[in-house]
Amino acid sequence: MTLKQTPLNATHRAMGAKMVDFGGWDMPVNYGSQIDEHHQVRNDCGMFDVSHMRVVDIKGKGVRDFLRHLLANNVDKLTLPGKALYSCMLLENGGVIDDLIAYFMTEEWFRIVVNAGTADKDIAWMKKQAVIHAPQLEIKDHPEFAMIAVQGPNARAKVWQVLPDTKAKTEALQAFQAADCGAHFIARTGYTGEDGFEIMLPAAQAETLWHALAKAGVKPIGLGARDTLRLEAGMNLYGQDMNESVSPLESGLAWTVDLNSARDFIGKAALLANPPKRKLVGLVLLDRGVLRGHQEVHCAHGTGEITSGSFSPTLEKSIALARVPKDVQIGDTVQVAIRDKMLAAKVVKYPFARNGKGLI
Amino acid sequence: MSNPSNLKYTASHEWIRSEADGTISIGITQHAQEALGDMVFVEAPAVGRKLKAKEECAVVESVKAAADVYAPVAGEVVAVNGELDNAPEAINADPYAAWMFRMKPDNAADVAALMDAAAYQAVVDSEAH
Repeated sequence: MTLKQTPLNATHRAMGAKMVDFGGWDMPVNYGSQIDEHHQVRNDCGMFDVSHMRVVDIKGKGVRDFLRHLLANNVDKLTLPGKALYSCMLLENGGVIDDLIAYFMTEEWFRIVVNAGTADKDIAWMKKQAVIHAPQLEIKDHPEFAMIAVQGPNARAKVWQVLPDTKAKTEALQAFQAADCGAHFIARTGYTGEDGFEIMLPAAQAETLWHALAKAGVKPIGLGARDTLRLEAGMNLYGQDMNESVSPLESGLAWTVDLNSARDFIGKAALLANPPKRKLVGLVLLDRGVLRGHQEVHCAHGTGEITSGSFSPTLEKSIALARVPKDVQIGDTVQVAIRDKMLAAKVVKYPFARNGKGLI
Repeated sequence: MSNPSNLKYTASHEWIRSEADGTISIGITQHAQEALGDMVFVEAPAVGRKLKAKEECAVVESVKAAADVYAPVAGEVVAVNGELDNAPEAINADPYAAWMFRMKPDNAADVAALMDAAAYQAVVDSEAH
């Protein structure tokens, strides 16, 4: 199978990236030291090519009503144009089809950004639901868009230096808010636990912006550091921390599921009928070693499993997200099966690090 | 960085250096450290452990992944490099200086029969295709 390429593929190679197959995409995993790249984002700023993610525009009368039904989080929270909402999209049985960000632009236009690996099934699901509930809507994805995330404490200043014309529209943006700046759609969002922007733009302009940012001193960062940054920030990764076979309520995502309002949404009945038996917690390894996905976690209340684990460059310890029986408490010590050993780990409240600092 | 010609190699990416006292030092190659990336943990075998050739006996873990390290020949573990416990990144900095453990081989001839640098380079090249 030929790997898919983003518009920046040749640029990554020219910048010395080590390329890997990431869900069918040929993507940079690191350009040099992954740990240096991680610190670069926590302490200064860096840029990520996330053009593999898919932009989907839903347009037409009644788009808000449609999303009230489609998404587990409540788009009624979005009252200010540009405001964004993180939400799961659920199956009828409550399993997670994908997690996404929905931007409210106008009452006839919401922009959705979905994961790369799930984009096609997401769009098929949206269209299937629209046929039933809102056939007047136009659902159009934009694989021709590139997306560059600039993240870190100095990220916004660097973007304004490179794209001065966008400053007027983006300076006042709050976290989780976006502005349509013509060719650039700029959102104050990210996947690192740092401040910054995610910039959507036509593919043909991606290389120019990337090089301009590089010239301004913004370092390229690979998907390797993106994973340790998001794990430290306690952000779920679809396919690892949740998927179609698990409830968002057992995936640390209850805060994104609106069960309190009278609103009905796909998956709500199943969630109400099946109260969670497990929960997602943070782990910090007390012994020497590295926590990894799928390792078994032995607790006083039963067995759980690590969903994401790695080494935390900020804490200089191994950390993980784990799905464990719901009676496990913060502060408990659990045993993790790593190869032929059982190693001790402490249950902690995550995030592990954000805004340049360790929190554990 | 080219593979030093005074060392022996395995297809599983260990390097082997013969010491003056008849023991061998074992580490992982430049190719292996580059593929794994930033090292964060090394688990060496216990001193005194008897190993069969190609037996899994140590682990190196980078931020990205864990990889097994195999005994290149049969023998007994006689020393481990404890410095790597606190500085696994030494493997990235200079993989041919950062030995992980030493063995006393059962048969010196087994060591002589291992791959030389040129043969190992051919293995690396074939993996790239």
